[in-house]
Amino acid sequence: MTDMTSQATPSPDEKLDSASARRARIMGGVLIALALLVLFGLNVTPGEVATFRLTTPRDAIQVGNLVVPGGPFNMIAAALLAFLGVRQFLRGGAKWTNLSLGIGLAILVMAFLVWATAGKSFSLTGMLQATMVRAVPIALGGLAGVLSERVAVVNIAIEGMLLAGAFTGALIGSLLGGWVGMFAAILVGGGFGMLLAALVVTYRMDQIIAGVVINLFVLGVTSYVSSQVFSEYRHLNNAPTFRAFKIPLLGDIPVIGPMLFNQNLFVYGALILVAISTYYLFHTKNGLRARAVGEHPRAADTLGVDVYRTRYIHVTLGGMVAGFGGAWFTLGSVGRFDENMTNGRGYIGLAAMIFGRWHPVGALSAALIFGFADSIQQKLALLNTPIPSEFLAMAPYIATIIVVAGLIGRSKPPAANGTPYTKE
Amino acid sequence: MDVELRGLTKRFGPVVANDNVNLHIRAGEVLGLLGENGAGKSTMMNMLSGLYTPDEGEILIDGKPVKFEGPGDGIAAGIGMVHQHFMLVPVMTVAENVVLGVEPTGKFGYLDIKKARRQVEEINEKYRLHVPPDELIEELPVGIQQRVEILKVLFRSADVLILDEPTAVLTPQEVREFFGIVDTLKKAGKAIVFITHKLHEVLEISDRISVLRQGRITGEGDPKTLTESDLAEMMVGRPVSFTTAKGDAKPGRTMLELHDVTMLDENDDKVLDRVSMTVRSGEVVGVAGVQGNGQTELVEAITGLERVASGKIDFDGTDITYARVRERHKMGMAHIPEDRHKSGMVDSFSVAENMVLNNYYAPEYSKGWAIDWPKVHETAAKYCVEFDVRTPSVFLPGGALSGGNQQKMVVARELERQTKLVIASQPTRGVDVGSIEYIHERLIASRDEGDGVLIVSSELDEIMGLSDRIYVMYDGRIVAEFDNTGGKADRNAVGLAMAGSFEGEAA
Repeated sequence: MTDMTSQATPSPDEKLDSASARRARIMGGVLIALALLVLFGLNVTPGEVATFRLTTPRDAIQVGNLVVPGGPFNMIAAALLAFLGVRQFLRGGAKWTNLSLGIGLAILVMAFLVWATAGKSFSLTGMLQATMVRAVPIALGGLAGVLSERVAVVNIAIEGMLLAGAFTGALIGSLLGGWVGMFAAILVGGGFGMLLAALVVTYRMDQIIAGVVINLFVLGVTSYVSSQVFSEYRHLNNAPTFRAFKIPLLGDIPVIGPMLFNQNLFVYGALILVAISTYYLFHTKNGLRARAVGEHPRAADTLGVDVYRTRYIHVTLGGMVAGFGGAWFTLGSVGRFDENMTNGRGYIGLAAMIFGRWHPVGALSAALIFGFADSIQQKLALLNTPIPSEFLAMAPYIATIIVVAGLIGRSKPPAANGTPYTKE
Repeated sequence: MDVELRGLTKRFGPVVANDNVNLHIRAGEVLGLLGENGAGKSTMMNMLSGLYTPDEGEILIDGKPVKFEGPGDGIAAGIGMVHQHFMLVPVMTVAENVVLGVEPTGKFGYLDIKKARRQVEEINEKYRLHVPPDELIEELPVGIQQRVEILKVLFRSADVLILDEPTAVLTPQEVREFFGIVDTLKKAGKAIVFITHKLHEVLEISDRISVLRQGRITGEGDPKTLTESDLAEMMVGRPVSFTTAKGDAKPGRTMLELHDVTMLDENDDKVLDRVSMTVRSGEVVGVAGVQGNGQTELVEAITGLERVASGKIDFDGTDITYARVRERHKMGMAHIPEDRHKSGMVDSFSVAENMVLNNYYAPEYSKGWAIDWPKVHETAAKYCVEFDVRTPSVFLPGGALSGGNQQKMVVARELERQTKLVIASQPTRGVDVGSIEYIHERLIASRDEGDGVLIVSSELDEIMGLSDRIYVMYDGRIVAEFDNTGGKADRNAVGLAMAGSFEGEAA
């Protein structure tokens, strides 16, 4: 042992050049830029107040309005943003980067609302209710993605499945009524799920290409029928819609009541499906097997779990969920089908899945953020802000980019995601 | 439980993987199964676990013939397999992994994880495995992960345990503990098949030994009467020398010097922690350590594949800390990567294309803007001869060669030119004995020509046999340095350092 030396000596904390430190600095810059934006871009005429209505005169329980003095509020908001930004530089707080950015964006949104509402009044509850409604297709799309990607099948086809569900809902709903239309939409969604599974599991087609093929196919067929057939025979595209129904007592709670307990079938359905999927994936035997297939298919296979069958079942289930989500566009909303009416909601659903870390509850939470962005643009159009409505319509997509690029950082997909499984 | 294989034959197309294999596995006994990579060990065991169906012959359990048709059949009959590459889901807990496929359940398919944990504890107790049931697999050291694998097959009440290369990933100390577990299992009446290519281990633990070569059983015997060289000859088919002949090192100027090099992973954890080392010309420096203690990152730092967070790297007097890979290459650094399929070669490229991957752009291979293919093919053919790469043609895809020839192809590409520093990472992993000997000779030849040679290997024998000086890595740090001139380093001390137990003791 004489010829042995140890090199392990304590040393002072050296400056390390790490990727996360660089990122922390960049985000610090972004936060300071936001502070300047709030300070100079969203300045409120002194003395003006923003009035947020929490209840409508018809509600059983009345709550007073929320009145915010615009000028001081936004000054404080800018100060907070600046503080967060400077803190990023000083502390290089890598651990807090995401949190700071999240808080920063929330402050920005509040400041923006106060600025837009200054001198006027605006129904906060109405916006939250709309947030929930608009989150539904995104949450269901995200949930379809969770079910499919948890067994390691990348599902780009959610957009197509939503569109197919919307179309089927409108067509069958017009002919045979809303309930039949909804079940038909679920079946068609499931059918496309099974098709995707067949393409990628049995025929080992590239998962992205298979998904894109399904999307293009559905878009082409539905657009053709809608422009060539529906325009002639209007009664084929005139479906009944599911009305909102209030759950007694719970529906009377201010703010939360209208948001959660006075909605239509699709909102309740989405919430129930999220709860069931969470229980299924994390507390049942089959859920454990499904997750094992997504993480380490060979291990599952050696233990007698049928990898192919598991993938077929879950991708098909995902398709059914997406079909249900698709029916929202027609049966849960306007009662008629329009060309490409899903308009990218399926892809946003995928973003919600990623942001929600492949967890049903996470996907729902992320969908609410996107739903919020979606409803904010709709409501702001009523407030006559100087921002062009075309720009406001971009809000959900901008939110997607910010959330996916900025907030998520590194979120970990199922280990085998996207790779086909070949038995030895 | 007794298992007998009678005249088992398995063919894959024209290749006979197993040829009339007879084997007897008895309860309460350890059968050592020895063979090189590609000798047919895995094929045989896959037939026992039900993954493959034999073309001829039969398997008898307690005298009765059985037929296996799917991967679940073997374990259902009581034959459990512990794979070399663990079949564990890293993001799940020990208990979840153990019960996967045979879960205890309540109403509505509810997974009764409490019951699962209890069952795991029972087996833990009985065989003294000491596995924490609630830990995530990815948080556990490899040695414990292996016990989870053993627990998994015991949970499925296996009476025959097939252990495929179980010691490959363990430190010498962990191997001791592992042998203790094997002993407990044996005393409990389990039959154990211990598959390995490590001769001294098989001699130590087995009650009987069978040797497999080219799909046939080429030798059987009693470990008490056999020696390592007997076994090696049965395994390779000719006498093998274990020690690479080499003279004393004549160290010259400093070729490579690392000063306090630190590297971070994506979570900002230190994967290299203030590593300092030197490699001089004309010496072989070995880096020992259990896999995953920063060796991969060390090589990535030196070869420029990953950015270091702080510290300085000098190559022959030039600062190369932030130099690009090609610059380092042009300065005379050769790199034999640890995983040839991942970063050493392109499987679908021809041997010739693979041979010029590192210098296809050189003027000698170009005709104006185009690559001079006839020249490339001619040169590749020359190197194949020079470096003993056995291939029918340089047009054959690299992936079609045997592991040994693939590795020699990589070695040829890296060493054919004028080099100053050779970084060889796991240079003989998955390579047959003949090729191992050859590659070792080439590395020593590089040293004798005045190159600095750095060898990173998790095979302690390889490090001890080749190195003039040895560093030991543990947890991203260099924890010890040994002088190995004339092989004088203490194998046991190196092993202890690999387990991190010298920390603080040595000053």
